[in-house]
Amino acid sequence: MIGYNYETVFILNPVLSEKEAKDTVQKFKEVLTQHNADVYHVEEWGIRKLAYPIQHKSTGYYALMEFSGSKDSVKLLETEFRRDERVMRFLTTALDKYALEYNARRRKGEFNRSKENTIVKPKKENLAEEL
Amino acid sequence: MTLINESVNRVEQRKKYCRFRKNGIKYIDYKDPNFLLKFINEQGKILPRRLTGTSAKYQRKVAQAVKKARHLALLPYVADNLK
Repeated sequence: MIGYNYETVFILNPVLSEKEAKDTVQKFKEVLTQHNADVYHVEEWGIRKLAYPIQHKSTGYYALMEFSGSKDSVKLLETEFRRDERVMRFLTTALDKYALEYNARRRKGEFNRSKENTIVKPKKENLAEEL
Repeated sequence: MTLINESVNRVEQRKKYCRFRKNGIKYIDYKDPNFLLKFINEQGKILPRRLTGTSAKYQRKVAQAVKKARHLALLPYVADNLK
Protein backbone atom coordinates (compact mmCIF):
# COMPACT_ATOMS: atom_id res chain seq x y z
CA MET A 1 0.00 0.00 0.00
CA ILE A 2 2.71 2.48 -0.78
CA GLY A 3 1.18 5.23 -2.81
CA TYR A 4 2.11 8.83 -2.49
CA ASN A 5 3.83 10.79 0.20
CA TYR A 6 1.96 13.57 1.87
CA GLU A 7 2.35 15.89 4.76
CA THR A 8 -0.41 17.70 6.51
CA VAL A 9 -0.30 20.60 8.92
CA PHE A 10 -3.39 21.36 10.95
CA ILE A 11 -4.33 23.93 13.55
CA LEU A 12 -6.42 22.91 16.54
CA ASN A 13 -8.50 25.12 18.76
CA PRO A 14 -6.23 26.60 21.47
CA VAL A 15 -9.01 26.30 24.05
CA LEU A 16 -8.35 22.54 24.27
CA SER A 17 -6.25 21.31 27.14
CA GLU A 18 -2.88 19.81 26.28
CA LYS A 19 -4.21 16.30 26.77
CA GLU A 20 -7.26 16.93 24.59
CA ALA A 21 -5.05 18.33 21.86
CA LYS A 22 -2.75 15.30 22.01
CA ASP A 23 -5.77 12.98 21.90
CA THR A 24 -7.09 14.79 18.82
CA VAL A 25 -3.76 14.41 17.04
CA GLN A 26 -3.80 10.73 18.00
CA LYS A 27 -7.32 10.41 16.62
CA PHE A 28 -6.29 11.70 13.18
CA LYS A 29 -3.27 9.46 13.21
CA GLU A 30 -5.59 6.51 13.80
CA VAL A 31 -7.90 7.67 10.99
CA LEU A 32 -4.92 7.33 8.65
CA THR A 33 -3.59 4.04 9.98
CA GLN A 34 -7.06 2.51 9.74
CA HIS A 35 -7.06 3.30 6.03
CA ASN A 36 -3.75 1.58 5.38
CA ALA A 37 -1.71 4.75 5.33
CA ASP A 38 1.67 4.69 6.98
CA VAL A 39 2.16 7.63 9.36
CA TYR A 40 5.91 7.82 9.78
CA HIS A 41 6.31 11.14 11.47
CA VAL A 42 4.17 13.22 13.82
CA GLU A 43 5.32 16.54 15.15
CA GLU A 44 3.46 18.80 17.54
CA TRP A 45 4.56 22.41 17.49
CA GLY A 46 2.22 23.31 20.34
CA ILE A 47 0.49 26.64 20.82
CA ARG A 48 1.71 29.25 18.34
CA LYS A 49 0.64 32.78 17.65
CA LEU A 50 -1.35 33.12 14.43
CA ALA A 51 -0.41 35.77 11.88
CA TYR A 52 -4.07 36.77 11.72
CA PRO A 53 -7.10 35.73 13.78
CA ILE A 54 -8.97 32.55 12.80
CA GLN A 55 -12.42 32.07 14.34
CA HIS A 56 -11.69 35.09 16.57
CA LYS A 57 -8.69 33.36 18.10
CA SER A 58 -5.16 34.71 18.06
CA THR A 59 -3.34 31.44 18.86
CA GLY A 60 -3.59 27.86 17.67
CA TYR A 61 -2.22 24.42 18.43
CA TYR A 62 -0.15 23.33 15.41
CA ALA A 63 0.56 19.73 14.48
CA LEU A 64 2.34 18.14 11.53
CA MET A 65 1.91 14.60 10.17
CA GLU A 66 3.90 12.96 7.41
CA PHE A 67 2.47 9.85 5.85
CA SER A 68 2.38 7.73 2.74
CA GLY A 69 -0.90 6.44 1.46
CA SER A 70 -3.39 6.43 -1.37
CA LYS A 71 -5.22 9.44 -2.72
CA ASP A 72 -8.37 8.20 -0.99
CA SER A 73 -6.69 8.31 2.39
CA VAL A 74 -6.21 12.07 1.93
CA LYS A 75 -9.87 12.49 1.04
CA LEU A 76 -10.94 10.58 4.13
CA LEU A 77 -8.59 12.52 6.35
CA GLU A 78 -9.85 15.84 5.02
CA THR A 79 -13.52 14.94 5.50
CA GLU A 80 -12.62 13.99 9.08
CA PHE A 81 -10.95 17.41 9.48
CA ARG A 82 -14.05 19.17 8.20
CA ARG A 83 -16.32 17.23 10.53
CA ASP A 84 -14.25 17.93 13.60
CA GLU A 85 -14.96 21.28 15.21
CA ARG A 86 -11.66 21.27 17.05
CA VAL A 87 -9.76 21.73 13.78
CA MET A 88 -9.53 25.36 12.74
CA ARG A 89 -7.37 24.99 9.62
CA PHE A 90 -5.57 22.24 7.71
CA LEU A 91 -3.36 21.88 4.66
CA THR A 92 -2.25 18.67 2.99
CA THR A 93 0.66 18.78 0.56
CA ALA A 94 1.94 16.08 -1.75
CA LEU A 95 5.69 15.68 -1.37
CA ASP A 96 8.06 15.39 -4.31
CA LYS A 97 11.51 13.82 -4.08
CA TYR A 98 13.15 17.10 -3.06
CA ALA A 99 10.58 17.64 -0.34
CA LEU A 100 11.18 14.12 0.98
CA GLU A 101 14.91 14.76 1.09
CA TYR A 102 14.36 18.06 2.87
CA ASN A 103 11.94 16.53 5.38
CA ALA A 104 14.33 13.69 6.17
CA ARG A 105 17.01 16.24 6.96
CA ARG A 106 14.53 18.36 8.87
CA ARG A 107 13.55 15.39 11.03
CA LYS A 108 17.15 14.88 11.99
CA GLY A 109 17.13 18.48 13.13
CA GLU A 110 19.63 19.81 10.61
CA PHE A 111 17.82 23.09 10.14
CA ASN A 112 16.16 25.16 12.83
CA ARG A 113 17.00 22.97 15.78
CA SER A 114 20.66 22.61 14.92
CA LYS A 115 20.88 26.35 14.28
CA GLU A 116 19.17 27.09 17.57
CA ASN A 117 21.45 24.71 19.40
CA THR A 118 24.64 26.07 17.91
CA ILE A 119 23.62 29.67 18.40
CA VAL A 120 22.00 29.36 21.80
CA LYS A 121 24.69 27.30 23.46
CA PRO A 122 27.66 29.64 22.88
CA LYS A 123 25.51 32.54 24.03
CA LYS A 124 24.84 30.75 27.31
CA GLU A 125 28.52 30.04 27.74
CA ASN A 126 29.37 33.65 27.07
CA LEU A 127 26.81 34.75 29.60
CA ALA A 128 28.29 32.41 32.16
CA GLU A 129 31.75 33.82 31.50
CA GLU A 130 30.48 37.36 31.85
CA LEU A 131 28.73 36.54 35.10
CA MET B 1 9.50 54.78 -0.84
CA THR B 2 13.06 55.88 -0.24
CA LEU B 3 13.84 52.42 1.08
CA ILE B 4 12.77 50.79 -2.16
CA ASN B 5 14.85 53.18 -4.24
CA GLU B 6 17.94 52.57 -2.17
CA SER B 7 17.70 48.80 -2.49
CA VAL B 8 17.31 49.13 -6.27
CA ASN B 9 20.48 51.23 -6.47
CA ARG B 10 22.42 48.78 -4.36
CA VAL B 11 21.34 45.89 -6.57
CA GLU B 12 22.43 47.77 -9.68
CA GLN B 13 26.02 47.75 -8.50
CA ARG B 14 26.10 44.00 -7.95
CA LYS B 15 24.89 41.38 -10.37
CA LYS B 16 21.70 39.75 -9.13
CA TYR B 17 21.61 36.00 -8.83
CA CYS B 18 19.12 33.34 -7.93
CA ARG B 19 19.93 32.24 -4.40
CA PHE B 20 18.31 28.83 -4.93
CA ARG B 21 20.40 28.00 -7.98
CA LYS B 22 23.54 29.29 -6.36
CA ASN B 23 23.10 27.39 -3.10
CA GLY B 24 21.56 24.29 -4.64
CA ILE B 25 18.29 24.57 -2.73
CA LYS B 26 15.70 22.36 -4.40
CA TYR B 27 12.79 22.61 -2.01
CA ILE B 28 11.30 25.70 -0.41
CA ASP B 29 9.68 24.98 2.92
CA TYR B 30 6.38 26.75 3.55
CA LYS B 31 6.66 25.82 7.24
CA ASP B 32 9.59 28.19 7.77
CA PRO B 33 8.10 31.70 7.89
CA ASN B 34 11.37 33.34 8.88
CA PHE B 35 12.99 32.24 5.64
CA LEU B 36 10.01 33.32 3.55
CA LEU B 37 10.21 36.79 5.10
CA LYS B 38 13.07 37.48 2.65
CA PHE B 39 10.63 37.26 -0.25
CA ILE B 40 7.84 39.50 0.99
CA ASN B 41 7.75 43.22 1.66
CA GLU B 42 6.64 44.81 4.90
CA GLN B 43 3.02 44.76 3.79
CA GLY B 44 3.24 41.00 3.31
CA LYS B 45 3.25 41.16 -0.49
CA ILE B 46 5.44 38.81 -2.49
CA LEU B 47 8.45 40.66 -3.91
CA PRO B 48 8.91 40.59 -7.69
CA ARG B 49 11.69 38.71 -9.37
CA ARG B 50 13.27 41.93 -10.57
CA LEU B 51 14.07 42.82 -6.96
CA THR B 52 15.07 39.46 -5.53
CA GLY B 53 16.80 38.03 -8.62
CA THR B 54 15.13 34.65 -8.17
CA SER B 55 14.88 32.55 -11.33
CA ALA B 56 11.44 31.96 -12.79
CA LYS B 57 11.39 28.31 -11.73
CA TYR B 58 12.04 29.11 -8.09
CA GLN B 59 9.92 32.25 -8.05
CA ARG B 60 6.92 30.02 -8.75
CA LYS B 61 7.90 27.82 -5.82
CA VAL B 62 8.48 30.81 -3.55
CA ALA B 63 5.05 32.16 -4.45
CA GLN B 64 3.43 28.79 -3.71
CA ALA B 65 5.25 28.48 -0.40
CA VAL B 66 4.24 31.98 0.69
CA LYS B 67 0.63 31.28 -0.18
CA LYS B 68 0.65 28.00 1.74
CA ALA B 69 2.19 29.74 4.74
CA ARG B 70 -0.51 32.40 4.57
CA HIS B 71 -3.24 29.78 4.60
CA LEU B 72 -1.76 28.28 7.77
CA ALA B 73 -1.49 31.71 9.42
CA LEU B 74 2.29 31.46 9.50
CA LEU B 75 2.43 34.64 7.41
CA PRO B 76 -0.21 37.37 7.22
CA TYR B 77 -2.26 38.10 4.11
CA VAL B 78 -2.10 41.81 4.91
CA ALA B 79 0.19 43.54 7.35
CA ASP B 80 1.45 47.01 8.14
CA ASN B 81 4.86 46.54 9.70
CA LEU B 82 6.31 43.13 9.11
CA LYS B 83 9.95 44.18 9.19
